[in-house]
Amino acid sequence: MSDHAEKNARPPATAAETSVFDSYDARIDALPGSSAVRRMRDRLMSELQDQRLPHRRMEAWHYTDLRTLLKAVPEAFGTGGEAKGVAPLVDGSNVLTVNNGEASVEGAPEGVSVSRFADRLNDESVVEFLAAQGPEDAVSRINGAFVSDGLVVDVAPGTVLDAPLEIQAVHSTGQAHTRFPVTIGKGAKGSIVERQCASGEGAAFTSSITDLTVGDDAEIDWIILQEQGDADTHLARVNLRLGANAKLMLYVVNAGGKLVRQEVRAVVEGEGSDFKLRGINLLGGESHTDVTMVLDHTVPSTTSTEVLRNVVFGKAHGVFQGQIRVAQAAQQTDAQMACNTLLLSDDADFSAKPELEIFADDVQCGHGATVADIDKNHLFYLMSRGIPAARARGMLVYAFLAEVVEELDDERLVPALESVIAEWLRANG
Amino acid sequence: MLEIKNLHARIAEDGTEILRGLNLSIAAGEVAAIMGPNGSGKSTLSYVLAGREDYEVTEGEVWYKGENILELDPAERAAKGLFLAFQYPVEIPGVATMQFLKTALNEQKKARGEAELTTPEFMRQVKQAAGELKINPDMLKRPLNVGFSGGEKKRAEILQMALLAPQLCLLDETDSGLDIDALKIVADGVNALRSPERAMVVITHYQRLLDYIVPDTVHVLYRGQVVQTGDKDLARELERNGYADLIEQHAA
Repeated sequence: MSDHAEKNARPPATAAETSVFDSYDARIDALPGSSAVRRMRDRLMSELQDQRLPHRRMEAWHYTDLRTLLKAVPEAFGTGGEAKGVAPLVDGSNVLTVNNGEASVEGAPEGVSVSRFADRLNDESVVEFLAAQGPEDAVSRINGAFVSDGLVVDVAPGTVLDAPLEIQAVHSTGQAHTRFPVTIGKGAKGSIVERQCASGEGAAFTSSITDLTVGDDAEIDWIILQEQGDADTHLARVNLRLGANAKLMLYVVNAGGKLVRQEVRAVVEGEGSDFKLRGINLLGGESHTDVTMVLDHTVPSTTSTEVLRNVVFGKAHGVFQGQIRVAQAAQQTDAQMACNTLLLSDDADFSAKPELEIFADDVQCGHGATVADIDKNHLFYLMSRGIPAARARGMLVYAFLAEVVEELDDERLVPALESVIAEWLRANG
Repeated sequence: MLEIKNLHARIAEDGTEILRGLNLSIAAGEVAAIMGPNGSGKSTLSYVLAGREDYEVTEGEVWYKGENILELDPAERAAKGLFLAFQYPVEIPGVATMQFLKTALNEQKKARGEAELTTPEFMRQVKQAAGELKINPDMLKRPLNVGFSGGEKKRAEILQMALLAPQLCLLDETDSGLDIDALKIVADGVNALRSPERAMVVITHYQRLLDYIVPDTVHVLYRGQVVQTGDKDLARELERNGYADLIEQHAA
């Protein structure tokens, strides 16, 4: 009875919520998977119907009230052929494509085996994998209910990727929901680029989850480049685990989208391992972009650093939530977090919420956040040499980001990212 | 080339008036020294001429090559051939020196409708100018002015001046912070740029610099006005007697 009463107390569904629920009913029969997967999808959707979209009273969603921000959701689903691929970020990359949620296994280099996640959905073992991680995990619920495909990627132990491996997810309009279980074998090295791009004019509603397991001694840069259109909503999550002495740099570049939530759920569980989160948020127009990280250090002698550089123009809003939890056993943890923002308009804003939860006594942990405008003395100096205001501002914005750009291990990625930034500044600066 | 008429300027933030009816006329080919005690408005004059936003012109005109330039922004003034060598050049981390130099050169050329420099041509010019100013090429691989010593910063300013080839050069206390060897190098660099088409305004507190960059005219600034004009002997006289007589005379 009380359950019934609570349901009655819920506010009416928003237009976006109604579209999500209706599109599930219309879509479910066409989605791949065993009957067990179907039951899991139904469960995730019914949880979502109970809870509705996350809102500001949920702690993890305080700065990104999806209920208010998400105005509309397209009910249609794109089909593979409509989305056109783009040139890889770095020439000579090995490119794997997912077009409107339909994956192709062509393009894997030696040492990398790839299969479709759609096939995995017929396997009983995938069911628990689709479950949400707690009551506020709306991204996993939406993704698990709708996921149609994606790529299962295994990098064999000892593999060294000569060229970046680029996973290119291209969306035209409508919905697409994908999943990428990725296993990096012991000692493997290389750079992997995950791109989220738009090829259509209309609004897209997409979700993507990457489950990344980095084996012992592996050294990987994982670059997420978000370049969707200015009407698009993207809900994303990376679940990652690091083995002993593994090094992972997760490098998130947000340079597109109307409403973007990028969650990072990191578990540093191998002794001697090092996790880096680097974020470049290029925010303009009326966009809302949120990077939310929860990081656990669970074993002794691990390190992590998080550096975010945010550039905010127009009426854009940015959010970074970074929670570092150091377990009692995790002595000699060294974790440092910094979030620096350049606010370039009076209507722009950025919310930073660092949180440290430390249960071990022998640790080094710190965090810092700054917000500033372009330095007037710098601007005058450049202009006094004949560099016009807009160009000078662009140079100074780039200067603010340069330190992070130069951290990329693969030198080919540096000029590639420089041109992404330059292009973005030309369009939005 | 430069005609300043009854120029009044104040600090935008607090309204403090610094220039109070300044008149000055400088011909092409002339090297004019501006001297004066601290607080007389020397640096303000250079900033107002370069177009710094922190100062507000309340009255007067600045004619440069027949155009009142007060409405132009700093970049437009630079493209028309005005150059300020800063007293304190700022360090800008993240901006590569070479890229900055190339952008400045080519943006000025673009604004004047001239062809942009190719990379090899640019490199050749930088190498030559750096050699003449005894600038270590490694310095140019660093971010703009970052970690440069005081003397290196001043030399880098003169390097920029040589590359940009301006027609009106404003040198603001270029001698401050330089030892005698560095001063000679900088002065040689400046002297090499003297030409009948180019005017220079050398702002300095001390006579010392003027032993190496010998001026055609010397103008004494006091309380935001030019109160005395003469030739290089005036600078020597000020060096002997200081500014005390002058201050007394104008206080009366």
